[in-house]
Amino acid sequence: MRKFAQRRSTTGFLLCLPLILLVAGFVIYPAFYAIYLSMLNKKMTAFVGLSNFQFLLKRHTFQMVIFQSCLYAITAVILKVLIGFTLANLMNNIPGKKQRIWRGLLLVPWVIPLALSTLTWWWMFDPSYSAFNWVLNQFGFANVPWLGVGWIARFCTITVNVWGGTPFFMIMYLAALKSVPEQLYEASSIDGANAIQRLFFVTLPMMRNIISITILFSLIVTFAEFDIVRILTAGGPQDMTHVFATYAFQVGIQSGDIPLGAADSLFMFPILAFAAFFVLRGVTKRTKEIAT
Amino acid sequence: MSRAVYPVARALTCVHTMAAGVDSKPGRPDGHQKGPHVTTTPTMKRKTAGKTTRRSALKLATASAVLPLVHIRSGRAAGKLSIAFWDHWVPAGNAVMQKQVDAWAAKNQVEVQADFITSVGQKNLLTIAAEAQAKTGHDVQAFPTWEVHNNADSLEPMDDVMKRLTDKYGQVNHVCDYLAKINGHWMAVPTSSGTQYKGPCGRISILKETAGLDVVGMYPAKEGHVAASDKWTWDAHLAAAEACLKAGTPFAIGLGQTSDSVDTAGVLFRAYGAELVDKDGNNTVKSDKVRAVLEYGQKLVKALPADAVSFDDASNNRALISGQSALIWNPPSAWAVAKRDAPKVADDAWSFSGPSGPEGRFLPYLPYFWGVWSFSKNKTAAKELIEALLQRDTIEARCNEVVGYDVPPFDSMLDFKVWQEVGPPAGTVYNYPIRPFHHAVAHIAALPAPPEIAVQIYNRGTMPTMLAKLKSGQTIDQVIAWASDELEGFAR
Repeated sequence: MRKFAQRRSTTGFLLCLPLILLVAGFVIYPAFYAIYLSMLNKKMTAFVGLSNFQFLLKRHTFQMVIFQSCLYAITAVILKVLIGFTLANLMNNIPGKKQRIWRGLLLVPWVIPLALSTLTWWWMFDPSYSAFNWVLNQFGFANVPWLGVGWIARFCTITVNVWGGTPFFMIMYLAALKSVPEQLYEASSIDGANAIQRLFFVTLPMMRNIISITILFSLIVTFAEFDIVRILTAGGPQDMTHVFATYAFQVGIQSGDIPLGAADSLFMFPILAFAAFFVLRGVTKRTKEIAT
Repeated sequence: MSRAVYPVARALTCVHTMAAGVDSKPGRPDGHQKGPHVTTTPTMKRKTAGKTTRRSALKLATASAVLPLVHIRSGRAAGKLSIAFWDHWVPAGNAVMQKQVDAWAAKNQVEVQADFITSVGQKNLLTIAAEAQAKTGHDVQAFPTWEVHNNADSLEPMDDVMKRLTDKYGQVNHVCDYLAKINGHWMAVPTSSGTQYKGPCGRISILKETAGLDVVGMYPAKEGHVAASDKWTWDAHLAAAEACLKAGTPFAIGLGQTSDSVDTAGVLFRAYGAELVDKDGNNTVKSDKVRAVLEYGQKLVKALPADAVSFDDASNNRALISGQSALIWNPPSAWAVAKRDAPKVADDAWSFSGPSGPEGRFLPYLPYFWGVWSFSKNKTAAKELIEALLQRDTIEARCNEVVGYDVPPFDSMLDFKVWQEVGPPAGTVYNYPIRPFHHAVAHIAALPAPPEIAVQIYNRGTMPTMLAKLKSGQTIDQVIAWASDELEGFAR
């Protein structure tokens, strides 16, 4: 017993135990409980297998939710990657102290609690007091129903997500850029590579891992997005901005069908888990290649 | 010693003294009793100081048997109780509720924890769902509209409380029956706190000058029917909406999916007799009456603001308060905020009954209920507190504090003075609750569909979405086809 207690692995396990308990209690248990709930009937009295998922797939509204969630997540992540990468490169060329100031300023959208900043955006889109419409009116343009027309509302929700999430990409890419060895650029310059060639043959290959991880991480988070859509449009107009989480809330909590809400919220889980497996496998493989 | 422990300890002391053969006498003549007055005799001393006798053992056993009874009785006058109230829009509403709870707690020696849970962000719904799942939490919850049905399996029947209240104050309306009486049993009690009507609230001057509607004349702040109010129909509503749109102060009626939009659309559909699902659960959307209301809706939506489809429950309030709208459908909360932030608008606001349609005059009604969880550990005290808070004087005291926002569940209480006195303008909310001479009926959207379907029609905003689709240019056939598909999904 004493030997067992003196083992390094035992100490390590004991030190990790609080974290393991936290993960088990707040991540693993709720996840399995959600899976269990998604397989119950509406009254939660009988096991119905996958019929909640089958039912959802047949609904026109849910098909629209799938489309919107994919549109929302993929468009937002692509924009965040592009803008974040561009900003990171621009930032990387700003010398020392000034870079710190800009870095701090550009991080503000990411630091402000999302619910709070979304409320501010909502206020700017508001029908009665829209700041944007006021500006448009000053230039003689008519009011725009920002949240009242489906495609404009979709554009607004994606815009707010991109605004809030881009700084995260920027800071990650900036860190990655700084870790690219300067010798590689020098060598490519000697070989006659221009700026675009340096970008595609030095910078991007060296940043592949961090780009993969940020895209994966952001896709998961954006697919699970709730705050922005809930605050800006609550899924409207005519369900045209619902994403999985907001629809799950409406079905599960507001309409009292918790199993159907759970099934809705778990819908992307297998797809994202599958994607995560392959992306992380690729990252590990490349890391090993770099190490050898 | 805490209030909760005190009565039990007192009972235990009593039992102990009984078991020990101690005679407790009344207090001293000066009224300063410091403890039980004990008389002992040498014989007793000898007996108790020695071995345990058969008689004393019997006494002890009897006392022990009585102990649980004493404890049960203390449910009336002891123990802990936690209650979740709806966090009132009017801050004074919480304060007066807390005061009433404290007074009851002190009188009954119960330790009561009152929490006020906001409906902003549907935090109250989340709390209810969490407590129902965890089978723990508050003893009493405030259930908005559909939540009694959603949680009926986890609620304690309240028939006894309802019987006593209705015997005393008369019946409640059919919407309360529909929402809280399940399989013949009251699963929660309709309360005044948060219960509201959502009739029109209009600008007196704008409606008169722009649309020729004298709302004060139609609905004065006094008892009695006015013939002019008979002309207040949905067609008159449409004509007024069109005139006000032209004048730049449109009717701010939402076509979103939140409660205000759903409630207004609900009474419009009901006034035309348009049921989406009948009481037996049949999909009845492909009916002439639904077509008729949609034909009317095609005209109405053109008279509404361009962004009506994105309205939430605050958009209409803001439209009225900012002076941009001539009429909204809302409780007096918009007027109350205007009184603070835009006094000129408040001075010009008047609440009145809804317009009538081919099937009658209906007014949106959203009751709140107080229910006791079946897993509550102090059901007796919970029921007693609910009953105490639903007495006429307690309801009136709260109603006064919230300037008439809360509507009592019993029609016999509609004679409170508050609706007559509140202003400016004086009597602005007199016609906010349904008066007998309004010839109006309280209604909740989707009634009479079976509640498990109705809750989805309501929360998914099916009716306003149908109108929103008309506004976006879809035809009536397209809208009916869409609604039919949605309703099939609700009936799973």
